[in-house]
Amino acid sequence: MKREDIIKPENKVYSRPRLLDGNVMHYCPGCSHGVVHKLVAEVIDELGLEADAIGIAPVGCAVFAYNYIDCDWVEAAHGRAPALATAVSRLHPEKVVFTYQGDGDLAAIGSAETIHACTRGENIVIIMINNGIYGMTGGQMSPCTLEGAKTATTPYGRRADLNGFPLRVGNVVSLLDGTCYVTRQAVHTPAAVRKAKAALKKAFLNARAKKGTSFVEVVATCSSGWKMSPEKSNKWMAENMFAHYPLGDLKDTTVEKPAE
Amino acid sequence: MKDEIKLMKGNEAIAHAAIRYGADGYFGYPITPQSEVLETLEAMMPWETTGMVVLQAESEVASINMVYGGAATGKAVMTSSSSPGVSLMQEGISYLAASELPALIVNVMRGGPGLGTIHPSQSDYFQATKGGGHGDYRLIVLAPSTVQEMADFVGLGFDLAFKYRTPAMLLADGIVGQMMEKVVLPPQRPRRTDEEIRQQCPWAVRGREGGRKRNIVTSLELDSAIMEKNNERFQRTYAEIEKNEVRYEARFTEDADYLIVAFGSIARICLKAIEDARKEGIKIGLIRPITLWPFPYEAIREAAKNVKGILCVELNAGQMIEDVRMAVSDSVPVKHFGRMGGIVPNPQEVLDALKKDIINPTECKA
Amino acid sequence: MKDEIIIAGFGGQGVLSMGKILAYAALENDLEVTWMPSYGPEQRGGTANVTVILSDEPISSPVLDSFDTAVILNQQSLDKFESKVKPGGVLIYDPYGIHRAPTRTDISVVPVDAMEATIEMGQAKSYNMILLGALLKMRPDVPVEAVVRGLKKALPERHHHLIPANEEAIRKGMSLVKD
Repeated sequence: MKREDIIKPENKVYSRPRLLDGNVMHYCPGCSHGVVHKLVAEVIDELGLEADAIGIAPVGCAVFAYNYIDCDWVEAAHGRAPALATAVSRLHPEKVVFTYQGDGDLAAIGSAETIHACTRGENIVIIMINNGIYGMTGGQMSPCTLEGAKTATTPYGRRADLNGFPLRVGNVVSLLDGTCYVTRQAVHTPAAVRKAKAALKKAFLNARAKKGTSFVEVVATCSSGWKMSPEKSNKWMAENMFAHYPLGDLKDTTVEKPAE
Repeated sequence: MKDEIKLMKGNEAIAHAAIRYGADGYFGYPITPQSEVLETLEAMMPWETTGMVVLQAESEVASINMVYGGAATGKAVMTSSSSPGVSLMQEGISYLAASELPALIVNVMRGGPGLGTIHPSQSDYFQATKGGGHGDYRLIVLAPSTVQEMADFVGLGFDLAFKYRTPAMLLADGIVGQMMEKVVLPPQRPRRTDEEIRQQCPWAVRGREGGRKRNIVTSLELDSAIMEKNNERFQRTYAEIEKNEVRYEARFTEDADYLIVAFGSIARICLKAIEDARKEGIKIGLIRPITLWPFPYEAIREAAKNVKGILCVELNAGQMIEDVRMAVSDSVPVKHFGRMGGIVPNPQEVLDALKKDIINPTECKA
Repeated sequence: MKDEIIIAGFGGQGVLSMGKILAYAALENDLEVTWMPSYGPEQRGGTANVTVILSDEPISSPVLDSFDTAVILNQQSLDKFESKVKPGGVLIYDPYGIHRAPTRTDISVVPVDAMEATIEMGQAKSYNMILLGALLKMRPDVPVEAVVRGLKKALPERHHHLIPANEEAIRKGMSLVKD
């Protein structure tokens, strides 16, 4: 059998999502961003939101998210994505607006905008990649850095007495009355990827149905920042991050089951 | 048309004018002396009439970033604040300029620095005209001196912002914000339709309607060659604005022996001083820059040709005076008179300063 | 015609609203007008004042250093503004609580027992309208009818039933000025 005989539509088992365009990603090998980007692109496509989705990109590694996911984007100042999303959503209530942020962007410099967008119950989706580090700037401590974790600014490990405690952002926003759905997911195994996709789909449907703010935290790896191989990063994440950031739904006030 | 004449505060006039312009959104945070803008909008509930969105944000930082988000979608959006709040907005204003987005920012100035005072000041002239945030950018800066201009410049500011795709600032102060006087509000215009916005702002982020190529609004460009090109494009826009949009008011300049240059509400106090001086036989002219950027260099240069001296009157330690000096070089003496910290000089003080520093300058100089 | 007026007293005495009603009356009477308040925390208790300029010509400065007319409601304001009344001008004040009376002889000093009248009438909230009446008597810049029309614009509709009582207070104030 020749190669040409195999490459046929009926034999196709996997392809790049239609809305993930061909630009080569700048992400490091093993980074979780690529997987979450793919899921967002799939969800937008599968829900038929191509003409309705408006993304707000962060400052951080995902600053170039607009180069990969084929929908309209605004690139926000550091931490301000929920403020932009608030205005875009209020001025365009018929659109589906989402932010895509890291934990440094969202939970440190952008904590006020996050808390208030969630407490106002803006009809938006907030996606937070929690890898416990500032990746783009070279691996400094972020709000979600675990105690003991070594970073460029905690070279001897994060100490609670010096640096405070790692922030459970999902738990915080789940207490706010404006959030309808808060979940914590990961993308380190095929099963986790499927669950994360279902969560994202539910979040986008909530926004479409104007149910309030949906918050999807994705516990993620940063092989470069953590200075581990991708494989070891996933293992370390499962062993250490999940203990502090357990996976699963933190809040769900919606009645519908996740659309799959 | 008597019914069309209203009596209201400058801050209230801004709110009314925004609704009547057909503005799509206002995002703001309370701070004295401009809170009536947000209060009036909330009381008028324009979302039930024109469909205008009004939102009290959690901070000025959030306000300006809401404006950034809204402007990126091609909507006519604005915010208002006072000096300390406008300092907080500077990052967002820089992003608006860099992303070439139209928006209107109102600064009803109070005295600083720091928390300063709630009383009137003009000490944000440098911040407004020289670029308060980072990077090489300019704002179109309009300085109203009457409640009527507070109303009129809302529309003018939006029109210029959209014409040049750059943010505009209405730089007022506590006097013209808080005082009431007569105003004729502009007629109610409908908000632009989606189709009109699509035509006017093909760059707007509105969802990939009709399967078009995606629109991206960003100020980021890591390729220096492209970033320099972007900067050159901004500068070409600014040069166009400088060529086309200089606005000022000249009063009594034809036969003037002396010239006062003042902007905003303080120009009215100067005008009273000029009227009083005419009774004493002293001929003073007034140039009131209406656009602080672009600045009326040429008009001041012309007006300075036949005068013996220029007094720059500002509610600050002397900021606009640098532009006035740039306009006239060393051709005539240019002196500053101003009060700070929220003190407003009265017409007599202005006249006394003119006599002391310009008409009869003392020999002793520090 | 031009009348440059300062109204000054404690916050809460109705200084700003008295100026506002006068300003609306001027609007009703087709005059040019500016109303420039002291603003901020003063509204909550300290001294408050408002400059109202009425004129049949465009008004330049809303901020002034001397006044044709002063309406003074407390000692601090009297101390501050007595010297700012132009020669030949009018100073109206309520002697209630004043322990250093005005001493100028080149202006018309008009004491108006407004507080006393308020207590007599049992209408504490009419205090500023009594003084407005005294002002209108001394300076007939606008007719009382214009003030009543101005009240309709200055007051929210739910307070319009108070307009007759306000008018009564204005006329009382006019009668308190001795010819």
